Amino acid sequence: MHIDAFDQYQESDSLVHRLDPRVKVVVTALFILSNALLPDGAWAGFLIAFGLIALVAILARLELWRVVKRSFIALPFALAAVTIAFAAPGPPLFSFALGPWEFTVTVPGATRFLSILLRSLLSVQMAILLTMTTPFPDLIHAFRHLRLPHSLVAIIAFMYRYLFVLSDEALRLLRARAARTARLDDRAVGGSVLWRARVTGNMAGQLFVRSFERSDRVYNAMLARGYQGHLYTLSPHEMSGFDWAALGFFALALLALQIFARIG
Amino acid sequence: MLAQPFFPFIPQLHIPDGFLSLAVAAIFWLLSLVFVAVGVHKVQKTFNERLIPLMGIMAAFIFAAQMLNFPVAGGTSGHLLGGALAAIVLGPWAGILVMTSVIAVQALLFQDGGLLVMGANIFNMGILTALVGYGLYRPFAASRRTVQMAAIGVAAWFSVMAAALLTSLQLWLSGTSTLNVVLPAMMGVHALIGLGEALITVAAVSFIRQARPDLMGAKQVREQGGWGWVAAGAAVTLLALLLTPFASADPDGLERVAINLGFMHAGQDAPYQLLPDYTIPFLGESPISGILAGLVGAAVVAALVVLMVHLLRRSSTLTNRRA
Repeated sequence: MHIDAFDQYQESDSLVHRLDPRVKVVVTALFILSNALLPDGAWAGFLIAFGLIALVAILARLELWRVVKRSFIALPFALAAVTIAFAAPGPPLFSFALGPWEFTVTVPGATRFLSILLRSLLSVQMAILLTMTTPFPDLIHAFRHLRLPHSLVAIIAFMYRYLFVLSDEALRLLRARAARTARLDDRAVGGSVLWRARVTGNMAGQLFVRSFERSDRVYNAMLARGYQGHLYTLSPHEMSGFDWAALGFFALALLALQIFARIG
Repeated sequence: MLAQPFFPFIPQLHIPDGFLSLAVAAIFWLLSLVFVAVGVHKVQKTFNERLIPLMGIMAAFIFAAQMLNFPVAGGTSGHLLGGALAAIVLGPWAGILVMTSVIAVQALLFQDGGLLVMGANIFNMGILTALVGYGLYRPFAASRRTVQMAAIGVAAWFSVMAAALLTSLQLWLSGTSTLNVVLPAMMGVHALIGLGEALITVAAVSFIRQARPDLMGAKQVREQGGWGWVAAGAAVTLLALLLTPFASADPDGLERVAINLGFMHAGQDAPYQLLPDYTIPFLGESPISGILAGLVGAAVVAALVVLMVHLLRRSSTLTNRRA
């Protein structure tokens, strides 16, 4: 695996890619906050929010459809919200029978469910745009500049650095297990579920020991190179006029969106 | 992408953005920030400048360990969440830091879990699992091996159940789900997922104890966390044990309590979300039977673990003989 095997970053040289990562992080956070603040059933507001998504996607030269499709990752969770469509009191929209039960979807219930779903999809889409236009190391720099706790940001940076190394290690363990697990279709082979769980647990234990010992080696190597508990960066990451303008544009657009959704 | 095929197996505790109300999200961000801030301080004292490489690599370990799975039956598979394992092996504060990093990276890199609701996700899957996982293990850290392993199994199982319970409650308080549907569904699914978690955690800890006994001695356990964790872990477990059956048997009762305490009003944005009467016939059970069910569940986990320790011992004597 390569170091950026997990990164969703799409290399390009668009306006959005060149924005300071701080601006992108703040805009994403504001956008998600704005979605949470939109009242239920503010369809025009949701539409405008999607317009902003489309604008960013076009400026970033990304295919909007791919962003939308990837945002469906949040859909399975919508199952948890389906019940509200039946539960909220109000005039019925339609009803159907399922076995002995009769279900009635109410108008406020459907409004609530759809609003939750749209809020979630829009928020995930902006988060996807953020990771597609910003390499993860830049994101980490942005967090540092935004004054998030230094050690936590450094831990996350380290985790990202070793993510693919340890995932490789895990895949090696899985491959080794697969290579030693012969299977015949018509015969039960191997042990019980308990036995299988134990084998997997041993693999997790093995992975832990290997990771722990690797962290020892990494730490010693860092000490040998003069590490004293701080990670430094040479990248200045300075905000340009364009960065400020983009931040201002988005803040104003979201403010207008909120006002519009409340009046309209 | 390589990690993609593994995602369907990760249990749905990662709440995406949009499913929690702003108030609930904000409260849990605050709670999580307090725990994480104290955690950074405490762990820094223990590990000094070793903190960053050790915690970073351990977080990557939990991420990778979540890929390890085993087939159960009918295409489903068991796998690890890791909160209890991290807390038991590294100590509760370190466990919280590790899980916080894992949840942050999963949200930032894969959109697995939201950003505004990340505080809630960190609390459910990192802090609660450390409280319950470490709290229930700590009193038995110096006990006989069988007892200790049983304690770890029960702790891991309850850590998943507590996380599922709190997730359901957050969804309900946000006006996203009705309690009488989301609670039994979440608890039912996670009773099974927790079983996988318990078995893997026990086997992993037992492996680590054999391979690196120096990492898990009584001295380390004493240093990692005191009896406050035990009290907190026991309190959370007891609360979950009492709340789950009460809530599934009498959701309206819990709703009344929440309204009286002002939770409902704080959590929800629209008045019509106050849940109407809506009951499913087969859920009409008394709180007592629910508590009993919880205890039976814990006993089953303990029995399974004892059985597995037995298996482990047999296989290790076999290996010794062969050697």
